[in-house]
Amino acid sequence: MPGLVINILDLLTALLQASIVVVSIAKGYSRRYLTINLYLAASTIVLFSRYYILSQHGLLSAEYIYFYYYSDALLTIGLYFTLMGLYATVFEEMKAAQYLRVFTILLLIGTAAFTCAVVQQSGPRMITRYVVEMSQNLYFVGVVLTYVLWGAILKLRETRTRVIQLVLSLGVYFSAFAGNYALRNLYPQMHVVWEFVPPVLGCLLPLSWARAFWSVSEEARLAPSRLMAVPR
Amino acid sequence: MMAGIILACSIVLLLQFFVSYCRSLIAVSSKQVLSPEVKDVTGIQRTASGDDFKRVMQLLQLCPERPEDKNGVQAIGAYFNLLSFLRSTLARIVPSMRAWAESERGHCAYFAAVALERRISFSRDMLAQQMDS
Repeated sequence: MPGLVINILDLLTALLQASIVVVSIAKGYSRRYLTINLYLAASTIVLFSRYYILSQHGLLSAEYIYFYYYSDALLTIGLYFTLMGLYATVFEEMKAAQYLRVFTILLLIGTAAFTCAVVQQSGPRMITRYVVEMSQNLYFVGVVLTYVLWGAILKLRETRTRVIQLVLSLGVYFSAFAGNYALRNLYPQMHVVWEFVPPVLGCLLPLSWARAFWSVSEEARLAPSRLMAVPR
Repeated sequence: MMAGIILACSIVLLLQFFVSYCRSLIAVSSKQVLSPEVKDVTGIQRTASGDDFKRVMQLLQLCPERPEDKNGVQAIGAYFNLLSFLRSTLARIVPSMRAWAESERGHCAYFAAVALERRISFSRDMLAQQMDS
């Protein structure tokens, strides 16, 4: 039963992601948001592969667990590139995209090395612990990077509604996953709950991106200062 | 220790991103002027109040769903609940927060009214297509 619910959620997410990519190509903005479309395409392939492995080996099999965590870490790295693409969009007039790319890649390597050091210090453990720890840190670095980008949007007075909504939904996604992995580290005995949370949270990003692409036009503008809870 | 810090920071930033995201949805809809018939149905003339939200949501549920706005309506519903919670807890101590929460709740009601307007025109289009075929 838990496997069936996860299967259905993953399949719905995969279909939604695939339809966003198809519509982007059809409407001709796939190049403008290339990193987002590449991420969604990769995520769709991963979700279908997960579905195949889950149906072949079961929810508690080592094959599924290993594939799940490793593909999740790889997709998170894919999201870093998506974030880089959004940085490049926001900073396109300042020609600072190249420096940002180098900085993000260095940060990614630093996060992996830091996680490795933390896990090695805590003694001989299973490799899956490294992956859980790494995912938590990767998502958290993602939250920080998205927050910095959000700060830049407010400072530079970026007004493109679609870009603003893409960045904010990425922020919600990263922080929800970072919190979920932190809870998983704090309360590993509640693994039954934590297995259900990622597929539910996983729907949120494609849903909000679909809305940003399908309901908000490229020309729509809004003042970012209006979005702060405390007016600036 | 590390996981605890990450959890605390994630919750704070999640709330901030979520509030800003909801306000961006509201900002987009606030530019739209309501038609006279939606004003009549919802009772919203110029500015909406938080008390209108539940009524407008009930009307919204009577209309066929538009796939594009389902996610937004749910997000604003969650934001409205968060604001109502704030209003009945923290806002009792901080009066300025009460005024802010009330104004935000009104914006949520206006968002729901705009979504209702879109759903009504969507239903009309569907009906027109059926009549044509």
